[in-house]
Amino acid sequence: MSARLSRGGRLIDRRAPVTFRFDGKPMTGFAGDTLAASLLANDQMLVGRSFKYHRPRGIVASGAEEPNALVGLGQGPRFEPNQRVTTTETFEGLTAISQNHWPSLDYDIGAVNGYLSRFLPAGFYYKMFLWPRPFWKHVYEPFIRQSAGLGKVPQEADADRYEQAYAFADLVVAGGGIAGLTAALTAARAGKRVILLEQTAHWGGRAPVDGDEIDGMAADLWVKNAVQALEGMANVTMRLRTMVSGLYDHGYALAYERVADHTPGDGRPRHRLWRIRAGKVIAATGAIERPLSFAGNDIPGVMLAAAVRDFVVNWAVSPGDRSVVVTNNDDAYRTALALADAGLVVAAVIDARPSVTGDLPAQVRARGIRVLEGRGIAKVKGAKRVTGVAICAQQGEGAVLEEIACDVVAMSGGWSPVVHLWSHCGGKLIWDADASMFRPDAARPPTGDAGQPMAATAGAASGALQTAAVLADAHAAAGGEGLAPQATGPAEAPMLPVWIMPQGAGIALKSKMWLDYQNDVKVSDVQLAAREGYESVEHTKRYTTLGMATDQGKLSNINGLAVLSHALHQEIPATGTTTFRPPYTPISLGSIGGEARGEIFQPLRQTPMHDWHSAQGAYWEPVGQWRRPYCYKRSGETAHEAVNREVINTRSNIGLLDASTLGKILVKGADAGRFLDMLYTGVMSTLPVGKCRYGLMCNDNGFLIDDGVVVRMSEDSWLCHTTTGGADRIHAHMEDWLQCEWWDWKVHTANLTEQYAQVAIVGPKARMLLEKLGGMDVSREALPFMTYAEGTLGGFRARVFRISFSGELSYEVAVPASEGLAFWEACVAAGAEFGAMPYGTEALHVLRAEKGFIMIGDETDGTVIPQDLGLGWAISKKKADYLGKRAQERSHMADPNRWKLVGLETLDGSVLPDGALAVAEGVNANGQQRTQGRVTSTYHSPVLKKGIAMGLVLNGPGRMGEVLDFPVDDGKVVQARIVDQVFYDKDGEKQNV
Amino acid sequence: MSNAVSALAGRSYSGFSTVREAGLVGMVTLRGDLESPELAVAVLAATGCAVPAQRRRTVAGDWSVCWMSPDELLLVGPYASAPGLVDQLTAALAGQHALAVDVSDARASFRVSGPKAAEVLMKLCPVDFSALEADEVRRTRLAQIAAALWTSGPEEYSLVCFRSVASYAFGVLENAARPGSELFSG
Repeated sequence: MSARLSRGGRLIDRRAPVTFRFDGKPMTGFAGDTLAASLLANDQMLVGRSFKYHRPRGIVASGAEEPNALVGLGQGPRFEPNQRVTTTETFEGLTAISQNHWPSLDYDIGAVNGYLSRFLPAGFYYKMFLWPRPFWKHVYEPFIRQSAGLGKVPQEADADRYEQAYAFADLVVAGGGIAGLTAALTAARAGKRVILLEQTAHWGGRAPVDGDEIDGMAADLWVKNAVQALEGMANVTMRLRTMVSGLYDHGYALAYERVADHTPGDGRPRHRLWRIRAGKVIAATGAIERPLSFAGNDIPGVMLAAAVRDFVVNWAVSPGDRSVVVTNNDDAYRTALALADAGLVVAAVIDARPSVTGDLPAQVRARGIRVLEGRGIAKVKGAKRVTGVAICAQQGEGAVLEEIACDVVAMSGGWSPVVHLWSHCGGKLIWDADASMFRPDAARPPTGDAGQPMAATAGAASGALQTAAVLADAHAAAGGEGLAPQATGPAEAPMLPVWIMPQGAGIALKSKMWLDYQNDVKVSDVQLAAREGYESVEHTKRYTTLGMATDQGKLSNINGLAVLSHALHQEIPATGTTTFRPPYTPISLGSIGGEARGEIFQPLRQTPMHDWHSAQGAYWEPVGQWRRPYCYKRSGETAHEAVNREVINTRSNIGLLDASTLGKILVKGADAGRFLDMLYTGVMSTLPVGKCRYGLMCNDNGFLIDDGVVVRMSEDSWLCHTTTGGADRIHAHMEDWLQCEWWDWKVHTANLTEQYAQVAIVGPKARMLLEKLGGMDVSREALPFMTYAEGTLGGFRARVFRISFSGELSYEVAVPASEGLAFWEACVAAGAEFGAMPYGTEALHVLRAEKGFIMIGDETDGTVIPQDLGLGWAISKKKADYLGKRAQERSHMADPNRWKLVGLETLDGSVLPDGALAVAEGVNANGQQRTQGRVTSTYHSPVLKKGIAMGLVLNGPGRMGEVLDFPVDDGKVVQARIVDQVFYDKDGEKQNV
Repeated sequence: MSNAVSALAGRSYSGFSTVREAGLVGMVTLRGDLESPELAVAVLAATGCAVPAQRRRTVAGDWSVCWMSPDELLLVGPYASAPGLVDQLTAALAGQHALAVDVSDARASFRVSGPKAAEVLMKLCPVDFSALEADEVRRTRLAQIAAALWTSGPEEYSLVCFRSVASYAFGVLENAARPGSELFSG
């Protein structure tokens, strides 16, 4: 059984016990524990069930590579599934639940999948669920969803906050082990601006556990000194609990800081995502030990050898009383020594190598520990925890030579450098046959903007596994200035590549050799994939799901491709490896979203009158990023009733519209007239000063992109009104043409949209309101339709435009935005006696639709040209050119059979659904009903008391009076007659009074 | 003009740094040939400031001039003086290819101050604040909106954005300044 040792534990504080719960059971740990250490200290070997076969699983590793021990952490608004216990710090009050079992962890009915495993081979889902097709949705998918999967989705909104921050450095060092510390020290002493980041809560990595000696002192002391030295340097920033999760183009690194995971609810942001622009990144990310593939290598109690000594040395946790070490290398002997030092029994070291020499095995033998040469594990005995191992000859087929009782198996299949960051942005790997590992190929690094190497690796990440080599490599990676730290250590004999144990194992054993613990992929699955023709490692990965779990195959990757290579009878480099993608380990969605939640999820653009609208019960409509009042609901009113009231009041009294969002772009210069003549379909250069003209803007493909009123402000300046959504886009469009094509034209533009608050004062009594405000002559004679004047209106600096989008007598008054609210309130007050009411965007739409005015985005959709909309009158025939002119002359554009704008009047007075299609006879090549038109705008007109609509109809203007069929919901058909689109005041008398 | 109110009417928040909407600020956009002596003379006469070099800012008395782009300056000073300054520049640059226009009301201004002011902005702007020079202007991004910023005093930054997004700007600044979210200890 696993337990806490009475002595030792370099990372724990025995004076600070903490209580926590696992599956509801109260347990005790110490400050400094990981949850893995705490669970083992409480003899909780079994921590979860596997993904596919629901096999009992325990803790395998001690760090980020852990595939099995995933739990649901926290409760309610702080619940999060799939958290690795090996990277979770234990804190007072922590709660964790195990995953993927029913009804309980100890008794899981899903484990029956394990007995059916011969019927659930690789590619099972692909093969089984292909046919019959309807079964997928109704039978297979619900079944799979029920039986597969890890943690549960949180049910409440996240209580925590998250943020991001930007940082800049000459050098970012990922990893705070002895390699990272050496690299940081070397670069910092050379004057570089250095950021040093370590994913765990401690500096030093595994050197202190492995008992290294550096510069004549114990690794622990050397680390302490190095950290102190770095902390004293102004050009160094250091962070613990911060993982460099990915490296991207041009030295852009993301680092994931777990600020408050271990102190939930203390008011700090839970996670912080650092967005770092680095001159160079050094990945001092160490190496990950590989499991060995023997039957039963997933039974709780089978652990990585280095993890076993981590638990003993770091947290004083004994994973078991009686251990067996199984290895193909010398390093694992350190585990035997650590266990023996802690007073625990090591039953044997089982070494696959035929002859074991080396300093470390000699030390182990000197302790009286049996070393079995040329041996392997035939199978592990036990179910929910290890009870023993059966020993066989590694070269044989698994005949059992003896059995050894034990409760822990510490395995080591060699080490794989953590090359993820190197690979993220294109760094290439090379197969090192001596060490049986893929390591970074220094000749093919990821490159920066000028083709320079933008990343390097240091220490074990480079493939340097001996301490002296680690330090020398890290020192060189950081520039190599000054002296490298020195280390001495035992000489290690070469490892022996072992991909299957025993090498001649038959199918029965291979079906119990787990490669990928998290996705339940076995040696037999990869071999089956190879037999079925999957030669590419990428295809095999997807077919078997090897390496596709949340751990991205940190343990399984090399073993899996070695097995695949063997099955394909080729060398490992010929098979190649899959490419690592960021993030290194999963990062929270919260950190990716950062501050963008709630009120600050997105910028909302507000006019100066926003708060007034809000106080008056505005029902908001998003228009781009603006919020505009859709209508102002009075108590007891529906939105529809409010709109009707606003329309009728505007037509009979006065309506006030906040038109501040309309784009206002000032265009000035000697060539401004010529420029606008190119931009608009009409002529703007001849517009007299003080006059307004409606204009259409097309792109170079001829399609209508915006419209609005252009005002000649002075001899050399024009003010171009755009649609609300078009201001920024049209300003960019102008600058694009000016900067890229007509760079020598003397034209300046300025987007003044937000400089002015604009109020539309609309209705038959509008003039009375302006006259009451006073200060300007707004009579028909002084300020006729489509003119402009500047002056002081009611004490406000005002620009008054006599323009109308409603067909009524209408003035649009612009005042400086800072005075917008005051002016609006002045209008409301002055208009009270004339029955003035504010109206919103929906009333605006109804008013314009009654007049047959088009709306960009309703009547246009990027495929409509002005000619389709009957706007030929706004297109100059005299001009030699304008943007879109040539496109509009193309055969398809000039085709008389285009869908063109008409009015639509339902025979029964109902309102057509927006977007409804008018059907025609027959079907098209795809067997679909032919169509001959569509509804582009449709409203109930409270003035005409019926549904009115506009639409684009084949040959529409030539078919006045014809009736079209519009199928709507439930098989019903609404009939509508083609009519002129101007429904109200056809002669325009009302706006021109 | 007596009716004029800035976007957030001087709202402020004190977290680990102080965020304050700076009220009405006069701003004039001047577009033209920044190399031309006529423009330099006009700017000097109107503001007392020299035309700044790329990404720099010049200051004289109430007025400062920020470089915005190769053909654009932003003149910053008292709100009430901005319309007059536009007229003065327009007159001085008559016959030149230039545009002077009042944009005071199109903007919102903020000050972020305190010993950790940079830590607030580091969360929102991709700017290397430790390398930002005293007379430097950055046109950058404040979370999801465009902004310009510069150092306006010891432990103080000034920031300008569009008026319509003033609430959002204040919201992200306030959020970034909340106690407990300091980026560096000490």
